[in-house]
Amino acid sequence: MARYDRAITVFSPDGHLFQVEYALEAVRKGNAAVGVRGTDTVVLGVEKKSTVKLQDSRSVRKIVSLDDHIALACAGLKADARVLINKARIECQSHRLTVEDPVTVEYITRYIAGLQQKYTQSGGVRPFGLSTLIVGFDPYSGVPALYQTDPSGTFSAWKANATGRNSNSMREFLEKNYKETSGQETVKLAIRALLEVVESGGKNIEVAVMTKEGLRQLDEAEIDAIVAEIEAEKAAAEAAKKGPAAKET
Amino acid sequence: MECVFGMVGKGFALVVADSSAVNSILVHKSNEDKIMVLDSHKLMGASGEAGDRAQFTEYVQKNVALYQYRNNIPLTTKAAANFMRGELATALRKNPYMVNIVLAGYDKETGPSLYFIDYIATLHKVDKAAFGYGSYFALSMMDRHYHADMTVDEAIKLADQCIEEIRSRLVVAPQNFVIKIVDQDGAREHSWRRTTKD
Repeated sequence: MARYDRAITVFSPDGHLFQVEYALEAVRKGNAAVGVRGTDTVVLGVEKKSTVKLQDSRSVRKIVSLDDHIALACAGLKADARVLINKARIECQSHRLTVEDPVTVEYITRYIAGLQQKYTQSGGVRPFGLSTLIVGFDPYSGVPALYQTDPSGTFSAWKANATGRNSNSMREFLEKNYKETSGQETVKLAIRALLEVVESGGKNIEVAVMTKEGLRQLDEAEIDAIVAEIEAEKAAAEAAKKGPAAKET
Repeated sequence: MECVFGMVGKGFALVVADSSAVNSILVHKSNEDKIMVLDSHKLMGASGEAGDRAQFTEYVQKNVALYQYRNNIPLTTKAAANFMRGELATALRKNPYMVNIVLAGYDKETGPSLYFIDYIATLHKVDKAAFGYGSYFALSMMDRHYHADMTVDEAIKLADQCIEEIRSRLVVAPQNFVIKIVDQDGAREHSWRRTTKD
């Protein structure tokens, strides 16, 4: 297959675009990211690699605002993300300028996915090496939404999804444990999914909560508190499981 | 004839604009809001060609918002004023915007400030500014009664005196005026001065 993976504009005989698939590989190596949609909240969580001591962590924002009511997290090549995010932010303002309305989540997702697709069908360029999770509230209906895009340019809406490292484990966890939640319960579900694959603690997770009022980044102390709650619940569930068995001995 | 004026007080800045939308001898409406809230702590009172006014002010507002998303920090009033001047200057020798602007803002580090930006891209940082035929009366009134560090009440009283002068001395005086204020708590509408309903 080596002959068909050099250029993006070449299909392989069995219908693969190898460059796009290699881009998906890059995504699989990126940091873990999870998104969960509730009835009145959408939550984004991203893994933070905490090994770099001298780095000023405030300059590494993994969850970004595209507009007042839209936020984005991604997994993959962060430099590619900067370009996409910049273009998306311009499009958000341009849309407001031309039609005097904020974008819907679907519109901006379609725009970003469209950009990613364009780079799978041009000469001399490579695809963007990232998948995005886009959350927000539609301006007038107030309905929360979660979308995902990937390097091939496909996008779809999700109740909950994960991307990046170990995304399969997170997705399995979400499939088993997802239910309609609201407020703090949604935040807990997102963090629980992330904790499946990430070392526990506020230092290693970045979480942002989008409500009708806007985006709120949780600080380390808040995350630590929720993590502690989750661990307590887990311990209680373990104890309850062992409890009846212990009585028998 | 359109009229916009503004002044700086102690810890705040005020912008006053008429609210008539006129086409030759017809008054389309007398509740047109010509003072745009640029962001949380900036007010932009604009007068001039109606289409240019809307186009230019909205364009500036969206670019100021974009800057904030890109850089996670809002533009200072001075930066916004210079951006506007740059846009006006670039368009001047091709397709000029016929808009005159009084920009008022509050920055945490530097306090309130007022900028005079006219349609040929003049930029001045000032304590009091006015545009339109009403400026002849408003500036004279302010020259006589303005002093540094006025309170909100004193400034409103002075604004009212200016409005009174404009109403009584200008042959086609605008009917209604809107007053907006910006201080450390943000930019907001203060009050209206009406002689006609709507």
